[in-house]
Amino acid sequence: MEPSTAQPAAASAAIEALARTIEERVSGVRRLPSLPQDLAYEADPSQLLTVCRALRDTVELRFEMLMDVSGVDYLQYGHEEWVTSAATRTGFSRGRIADAPPDPDMPGRFAVVYQLLSISHNTRLRLRVTCPDTREPIVDSVVDVWASANWFEREAFDLFGILFRGHPDLRRILTDYGFIGHPFRKDFPLIGNVETRYDPEKKRVVYEPVSIVPRVLAPKVIRHDNRYEPALNASELPR
Amino acid sequence: MAESTNDLPLAEIRNYTMNFGPQHPAAHGVLRLVLEMDGEVIQKADPHIGLLHRATEKLAESKPFNQSIGYMDRLDYVSMMCNEHAYVLAIEKLLGITPPERAQYIRVLFDEITRILNHLMWLGAHALDIGAMTVFLLCFKEREELMDVYEAVSGTRMHATYYRPGGVYRDLPASMPKYQPSKWRSRKEVDRLNESRSGSMLDFIDAFAERFPTAIADYETLLTDNRIWKQRTVNIGVVPPERALQLGFSGPMLRGSGVVWDLRKKQPYEVYERMDFDIPVGTNGDCYDRYLVRVEELRQSTRIIRQCIEWLRKNPGPVMVDDRKMRPPSRAHMKGDMESLIHHFKFFTEGYDVPAGETYAAVEAPKGEFGIYLVSDGANKPYRLKCRAPGFAHISALEEMVRGHMLADVVAVIGTQDIVFGEVDR
Repeated sequence: MEPSTAQPAAASAAIEALARTIEERVSGVRRLPSLPQDLAYEADPSQLLTVCRALRDTVELRFEMLMDVSGVDYLQYGHEEWVTSAATRTGFSRGRIADAPPDPDMPGRFAVVYQLLSISHNTRLRLRVTCPDTREPIVDSVVDVWASANWFEREAFDLFGILFRGHPDLRRILTDYGFIGHPFRKDFPLIGNVETRYDPEKKRVVYEPVSIVPRVLAPKVIRHDNRYEPALNASELPR
Repeated sequence: MAESTNDLPLAEIRNYTMNFGPQHPAAHGVLRLVLEMDGEVIQKADPHIGLLHRATEKLAESKPFNQSIGYMDRLDYVSMMCNEHAYVLAIEKLLGITPPERAQYIRVLFDEITRILNHLMWLGAHALDIGAMTVFLLCFKEREELMDVYEAVSGTRMHATYYRPGGVYRDLPASMPKYQPSKWRSRKEVDRLNESRSGSMLDFIDAFAERFPTAIADYETLLTDNRIWKQRTVNIGVVPPERALQLGFSGPMLRGSGVVWDLRKKQPYEVYERMDFDIPVGTNGDCYDRYLVRVEELRQSTRIIRQCIEWLRKNPGPVMVDDRKMRPPSRAHMKGDMESLIHHFKFFTEGYDVPAGETYAAVEAPKGEFGIYLVSDGANKPYRLKCRAPGFAHISALEEMVRGHMLADVVAVIGTQDIVFGEVDR
């Protein structure tokens, strides 16, 4: 028996059944394109808590576990560092540091992605909520729905600067004490802004602007590759 | 006339704050725990993590997909191949490729070897924390053998980078490396050590699986009915099942509380649905039950390993998908063929593009659910990579588990959570 040929059909039938239940029982969600074996929804930010409670408490859904919360910054989504399509006419361009896109305030830049798991029904669901305001990205905290959200949301705040309304203890968690900025934002440089060293005269560790130069080892390229069954239809990309 | 003692002013007793770590052998790495104590009793615990934060996820965004496999080893650095597994599964899901059957068996074999490696490390360190020295030495003796297997198959003892999207890097070697006589090891000693290494690697693992249950029995003799061990673990850090679900627990932490949940059974990946094994569960959700669960998992892993060995012996075959975009050309081709040379160069510099999309792939790592949330925008690098580390959810519940316990129990609870900071801090 081949392990993974017969299964997907049955699995995607189960997923479609789950999708129908969600659309009947939960309001304020919109289905997102996903791989056939996954299921993804976008929640309306103003109804996030209602949606989450419904997903957890509806008997047919029972997503009693929140496995992960992840911030995403879509600022450079689809931006390549090396344009390959123009190569035949003008020669190859060089890999370069991606230009900061013109508008860091672009709407829909920040999103929070929740990975839900139902132990009772053995199903998974990905729920995404886009922060309505990019300058001050803020969404409701789901700590009251799933206690595990506590540290995951602290992490998203620390790394992306996404605020969570109603979070009991929104402190930085992974970065250094006194760190400035949100390092996983796409406009935060990979090499950082400051470096530390021990200053023998001051007899303490000092922070200084970084002395190394940013560089690209392997430029990011997007080649339009039709060899694989495309995971998503190009017209249905998230943005 | 003596005053009544009731009239004397009471000594002012205040809670005091204590720093536990970041440099403390029982902190399992770099955990700084700010404890508020009332005498010996914990009132509040505030774990400060992030001292080992290396921004793995951001680094992965700056590199072609295959160049980040090695970073995955360094997340949970005592269960290396399981982390790689989640990462390559996520890439394979987006690419829509399935590795050949033999590669799937090899992955299951090494996932279970990794589980034994992890649980031996955990058992040794946990026992040492609570005061049992012998177990630590016994565990490391067996662990060494499995490290040699890692080395034989991948070239490194720990950070293997062995799993690749589309299969594994190479087939199992036909022989095991052997000890050489030296100033410190006589010929006689070396011959004794090399006895089990005379056959193929599968023979070596088979011999290990044959005798390992005896070793597990030894650990159990030392601990399971040991009065001190039970005093230190029974009814310590009790987590009821509903609470374990709320807190996002997974793996032995969840099963210790009596929830029957194992991704290998419930959402099988690779060839786990063909394996015959049991899921041990606890009843009380205390440190002792979690100990029993993990020790039983050692036995179940040995069972899976034996089933894999049996299949692998009979079924030779490819271990990598036959797709020139996913697999580098052979050296022989490369030396004689210009196209292969170009392919080799492009494969190792630019890498391959992954279709745009988002997915989440999870494996049952030794510590719990290790998941990778991967966003690709169609480029040769991940757009966003998020590692869902089981330890992160576990340690966020540390305060809840230790409140009201004594200081010494903090060590038992950290031990029972099987915390490794590589994955917590990322």
